[in-house]
Amino acid sequence: MKVKMIHGLKIERREEPGLPARILLKVLAVILSFLFSAILFAISGIDPWYAYTLIFVRSFTYSGLAEITTKLIPILLCTVGLIVAFKAGIWNIGAEGQLLLGAVGATWIALFVDVYDPLRLPLALLVGMIFGASWALIPIILKVRLNVNEIVSTLMMNYVASGIVDYLVYGPWKGAREWGFPYTDKFPDTVWLPLIPGTRIHWPTLIFGVFSSIMVYMLFSKTVLGFEMKVCGQGRKIADYLGMPYGSRLMIAMVISGGLVGLAGVGEVCGVHRRLRYASSISSGYGYTAIIGAWLSGLNPLGSIPSAFLLAFLLTGRDIIQVSLGLPFATSNIFNGCILLSMLVVEALGRYRVRWGRWTI
Amino acid sequence: MMEELVRMVRITKRFSNVVANDSIDFTLYRGEVHGLLGENGAGKSTLMNILYGLYKPDDGEIYVEGRRVYINSPKDAIRLGIGRVPQLPELVESLTVAENLTVLLPGLHASSGLDYILEVARRYGISLDFDAIVYHLSFGEKHKIELIKGIVRGSKILILDEPTTMLSPWEVNSLFDCISKMRDEGRGIVFVSHRIPEVLRIADRITVLRRGRCVASVTRNEVDEHELVRLMIGTDIDRHTVRDRVELGEEVLRVEDLHVLDDMGGEAVRGVNFYVRRGEIFGIAGVAGNGQRELVEAITGLRDVSRGRILIKGEELSSPRRFRLYGSHIPDERIGLGLLPSFTVLDNIALTFYKNFSNNGFIKFNELKLHTERLVETYDVVTPSLGTLAGKLSGGNIARLILARELSSDKDLIVAVHPTFGLDIASTNKVRKLLLELRRKSAVLLVSEDLEEILQLSDRIAVMYGGRFVDIVEADEADPEKIGLMMSGVMGS
Repeated sequence: MKVKMIHGLKIERREEPGLPARILLKVLAVILSFLFSAILFAISGIDPWYAYTLIFVRSFTYSGLAEITTKLIPILLCTVGLIVAFKAGIWNIGAEGQLLLGAVGATWIALFVDVYDPLRLPLALLVGMIFGASWALIPIILKVRLNVNEIVSTLMMNYVASGIVDYLVYGPWKGAREWGFPYTDKFPDTVWLPLIPGTRIHWPTLIFGVFSSIMVYMLFSKTVLGFEMKVCGQGRKIADYLGMPYGSRLMIAMVISGGLVGLAGVGEVCGVHRRLRYASSISSGYGYTAIIGAWLSGLNPLGSIPSAFLLAFLLTGRDIIQVSLGLPFATSNIFNGCILLSMLVVEALGRYRVRWGRWTI
Repeated sequence: MMEELVRMVRITKRFSNVVANDSIDFTLYRGEVHGLLGENGAGKSTLMNILYGLYKPDDGEIYVEGRRVYINSPKDAIRLGIGRVPQLPELVESLTVAENLTVLLPGLHASSGLDYILEVARRYGISLDFDAIVYHLSFGEKHKIELIKGIVRGSKILILDEPTTMLSPWEVNSLFDCISKMRDEGRGIVFVSHRIPEVLRIADRITVLRRGRCVASVTRNEVDEHELVRLMIGTDIDRHTVRDRVELGEEVLRVEDLHVLDDMGGEAVRGVNFYVRRGEIFGIAGVAGNGQRELVEAITGLRDVSRGRILIKGEELSSPRRFRLYGSHIPDERIGLGLLPSFTVLDNIALTFYKNFSNNGFIKFNELKLHTERLVETYDVVTPSLGTLAGKLSGGNIARLILARELSSDKDLIVAVHPTFGLDIASTNKVRKLLLELRRKSAVLLVSEDLEEILQLSDRIAVMYGGRFVDIVEADEADPEKIGLMMSGVMGS
């Protein structure tokens, strides 16, 4: 055990940080990234204090919070979905594509399938989930059967998904009443998700997101299936040693993951846009943001709610920076990058305990 | 007058509340083999890790050739001519033997380089395929690579940490030849072990540690086996378990003309036939790398069979799941297969028990906890809590945790590979007694390179060499010397 003394501060290695220390470290990471970004603002010639005040004041108004919550919904669903995959040892980088496929599925039901109207919305939700899950199933089957690295395959499939959406909205699904814009026609109101009046918050999806984070928490802490997925996530050899069905457990994990992410896509088209548009306007990188969210929550499904809130807040802040301060889009991406980096650095700090006199963290 | 190489004075080292080394004095002379004897957790490894710069002592001084030194890292130790052969090989598995040895090059004259290393290997009688990828090698072969590294680096002082645990008698002999050679060259060798007969065979002087303290430092001629046992564990205990007769039951495992390929596609198991009945321990003796690993992997469903059949309770083995239904398996590879280091102690026990404690798809953790508490206590696993990550436990406790899980699961067939590896005398005896007890209701397949263990436990013994069984003998008729010769390939049946 190595111990270092600096001015009465004693730093030593520790086994595992406790929960208070872990939360404190996450807060520290966020503060650290704010400091980094402050430098960035200063370089761009904007008073950081002014910028932060603006972001906070605008965010914590009624309309600001409504906007944050709207953005929180897809991030939350994607984060919970990714946690399922990550816990099962699958590097699902493909949430972006699974979300888009979910949106495609919902659009298909909304505009092109003849069904009894009251059933249209539930069917759109279901089909969106099935599309997302199927898209996620392809790379995992390749992994289980042919040992194809899922990091590469899920990532590549994002570009394919985005191509499919763009093909549809520029091509066969292009709306007749949209003056040539790459949009589909507006969905019939039978497939609209109800909103909280005066906002864009499609609350059924929000409730489902919170519900799913609790369910996934239960899945991994209480159930046989969750335990088996966790163990199979340690590798095929271990699963074989214990006689667990490796392939099927990974596939189930990926179906749950892709299904939840697909639902996020349904929420975006049926709740926010009410039509399918070109890929980058359906998801402004929610699938990638959720990767940060999953690690920010320490792969704890319950932690995904505060993580999703923080990330939604940052995305809203990004809009404020762009609109009110006239900073380029990229600036705000740097801000997000800073957070992820700080998280990683602070994670390493968590392996040490700091003592100063009677104080211990 | 003997020349002093190393003098460690009043070395003290604490880990949180545990005193691992309590004011230990240790001296090593030029041209001697110094046996450092003690049970698991007696503090041997800690003391040697301090000498090798892996730990910093909380208190005490170290002198090398009379000069006070501060060893802050293994780099410092190597510079002082101290080499170490770790108990478990620390190699880059995906590289070849030769590539692994290139780490030695910076300390050598560039011109001689690898040729010099090969020359060293030859001189000390260490034969190895230098182009083989380490991943494919057996434990014994990996150990040889570490030995070469130790010899090259330890120009003055060489620390051997439990070097014989996984070696066959034959390999031990050649290791001892190698050690004698180094002693004659004037090096000082620390032989860390808990095996008394081996220490008595090779050591000139012996230091015994018990619970972090030095209880004796004597020359070879002053002590005998019984005296050392008493010093080491505090009381005189009987190492020899008495094997009683057990009624034989039906055949549980049957292997017919089995052929299995190794990772390279070569035939590692070349036509093996045997059966194991309820009520007996079937021991497989052999030097590492003669197909035992592949044989065990095939029987447990982890490796495909290329020809022949494996029948468990009369049914052909079709999947790993099929094996698990009737069998338990103590694997060679403890961490990462037998035990998941990132899982808690509780979850590691749950790995095979979770289904017994489940109801409608939910795991009944309260009952599982009680069960785990009982097992942890019965098997003497020392852990701060059931929520502790298993990877944080010491080697002995990791072994006991796996044994607790696999031996308590009440299966028809127990496949045990090196079940007592890394355990101290008390635990070893306990596990051996338990295996003898378990054969009353199960069939036991025991694979070990420890011939003493095989002879002590087995009812029938197969000797494996070159992928085949040289012979299968009844334990009562077994002649250790003959088995030793068969293991080394000198003698056929």
